Amino acid sequence: MAKGVWIVAEHRDGALRKVSFELASTARKLADQTGDEVAAVVVGSGVEAMAAELGKYGVDKVFVADNAAFEPYTTDAHAAAVAKAVKDNDPAILLVGASVQGKDLAAALVGKLAAGLATDCTDVKIADGKFVAVRPMYAGKCFGEVVFNAAPAMASLRPNVFPIVETAKAGAVVKFDAGVDAGALKTKVVEVQKEASGKIDVAEANIIVSGGRGMKGPEGYGILEELAGVLGAAVGASRAAVDAGWRPQSDQVGQTGKVVSPNLYIACGISGAIQHLAGMSSSKYIVAINKDNEAPIFAKADYGVVDDLFKVVPALTAECKKLMA
Amino acid sequence: MNIVACVKQVPDTEAQIKVKPDGSGIDEGGIKWVMNPYDEFGVEEALKMKEKFGGDVTIVCLGPARAMETIRTALAMGADKGIHINDPALENADAYTTASALAAAIKGVPYDVILCGQRAIDDDSGQVGSVLAELLGIPQVTVVTKVDVDGQKVKVVRPIEGAQLVIESSLPAVVTVTKGLNEPRYASLPGIMKAKKKPVDVKDAAALGISADAKAKVGKFIPPPARPPGKIICADDTPEGKAAEVAKLLREEAKVI
Ligand SMILES: Cc1cc2nc3c(=O)[nH]c(=O)nc-3n(C[C@H](O)[C@H](O)[C@H](O)COP(=O)(O)OP(=O)(O)OC[C@H]3O[C@@H](n4cnc5c(N)ncnc54)[C@H](O)[C@@H]3O)c2cc1C
Ligand SMILES: Nc1ncnc2c1ncn2[C@@H]1O[C@H](COP(=O)(O)O)[C@@H](O)[C@H]1O
Repeated sequence: MAKGVWIVAEHRDGALRKVSFELASTARKLADQTGDEVAAVVVGSGVEAMAAELGKYGVDKVFVADNAAFEPYTTDAHAAAVAKAVKDNDPAILLVGASVQGKDLAAALVGKLAAGLATDCTDVKIADGKFVAVRPMYAGKCFGEVVFNAAPAMASLRPNVFPIVETAKAGAVVKFDAGVDAGALKTKVVEVQKEASGKIDVAEANIIVSGGRGMKGPEGYGILEELAGVLGAAVGASRAAVDAGWRPQSDQVGQTGKVVSPNLYIACGISGAIQHLAGMSSSKYIVAINKDNEAPIFAKADYGVVDDLFKVVPALTAECKKLMA
Repeated sequence: MNIVACVKQVPDTEAQIKVKPDGSGIDEGGIKWVMNPYDEFGVEEALKMKEKFGGDVTIVCLGPARAMETIRTALAMGADKGIHINDPALENADAYTTASALAAAIKGVPYDVILCGQRAIDDDSGQVGSVLAELLGIPQVTVVTKVDVDGQKVKVVRPIEGAQLVIESSLPAVVTVTKGLNEPRYASLPGIMKAKKKPVDVKDAAALGISADAKAKVGKFIPPPARPPGKIICADDTPEGKAAEVAKLLREEAKVI
């Protein structure tokens, strides 16, 4: 009988990523309801020290596969390692971050483990003794409650949604040999091209300042960069702005871009087409700045400003600077 | 070079999605069905590879009778033949079952590259391409914006948070694609005429020898939570006054800055 709540801890550049603490805290909550242990799998090179840190967030046991072949991340190496630990220990639930890497890993594991996976969940719970995962579908136009017929029941959790809670547990290390042969791997990262340092990715930001066709051109984004600088925010864009070549594809928010759920989304000169709303309507707070009072974005906005963005945004930057000084 | 492109038929992005009152699914009335936008990038890339290296492009699609239209669209764009997996037992197939069906269908076709969309915009699950690769025992590279094939290898660009990875994989491989890769072509009128005569094999679960049992299923569909109506900021009606009011609300009411 499958038993235990597991997470796959994600790390980058030698440090655990925030989503790993969200996963650990959530797993702890579930395990306390089912009376189970929480275990984490950490796959990487020189990662053993991360176990103690996971213990702080309620992890009882940490399965560590430490090998130079795991750095940098490749799907084949990491999925093989996690699958081995899962097959040997038979957990009931397996949680993964719905980050770029976590989504990739989780999907490969579905194939290796013949399991079911609910992607990008915004809630997970135990109902009538069963694990249920809640996730947006149709770009957030509806939600689905997913139930499972196979073990492990897998869910990837949307970053930034689940609270981080400290609960001290042992975080005891169990090393395992994943039996992965570096020479047999079929994929290889040959280059890492970093973006300008200090740039925050929209998928990870707590605050996003986003601009659309109303920015008039690439120069228009200067005022958004300034506001973002003051707020520690990322700058996003509508598809119209990306397709016009004003902003890179990686900044696009929406149904064919990134789906984001920051604490604050400030939409400037964005009309609020259904495909754009699909990508950002689960943000906690939405501000819309648009000169057309009939723009559909206002139906989603907590605070709407009907005015010229080229006047409002610089004034907002000045106000925020004052308030946050 | 033989290429397989997996395409799914989905509601168009403008569609209003209404949950049935009993939560058993969505109301399909009035929905316009289209090719999953990410799969359009996959088909386009497959055609580009064919133009460069020669070979065949096979379209594989699991879906009900209406999905034939989407297969014909891909054939009209220039693909050579299709496989339509149509079986009522597979109507609510999860990723594992879908990938099992696709894998069984693809095993009968020669392939060097299999292209999938990074996700289907109905279930938004982003799994099928990866599961397919695992079931076929071949490598995968997911969510890529550039694909270069040369002989035995494929080199892709994969954006991650704050960086882009250049990854090489041996072939055959599954590549899942995203926006930024290419501009999908439209079907031409002669293309549409020719597509009508191109061969499409129709298969059911029994013919493929697969089980329809799902590992995960949506037990209940729920409408999204309604957002409480927002405020339009008037303040003193100057841009500066409105900005000051918003900043104050964000600080004191929403507490997000
Ligand atoms: C298959 C498909 C997928 C799509 N996916 C996406 C997606 O992922 N993301 C996405 O964003 N879109 C997507 N779209 C496109 C979408 O339908 C819209 O075309 C797009 O979102 C419009 O962008 P916009 O709001 O920037 O431009 P517009 O709709 O042109 O709106 C510009 C707004 O700026 C306002 N404005 C202009 N000047 C000023 C000023 N000085 N001050 C204040 N306000 C001003 C105007 O009033 C207007 O409301 C998709 C479409 C399709 C068909
Ligand atoms: N029913 C299907 N028929 C053909 N291809 C599919 C089907 N479902 C998913 N796919 C492929 O897998 C990709 C990812 O789908 P999904 O995992 O459902 O988000 C899609 O973009 C398609 O390329």
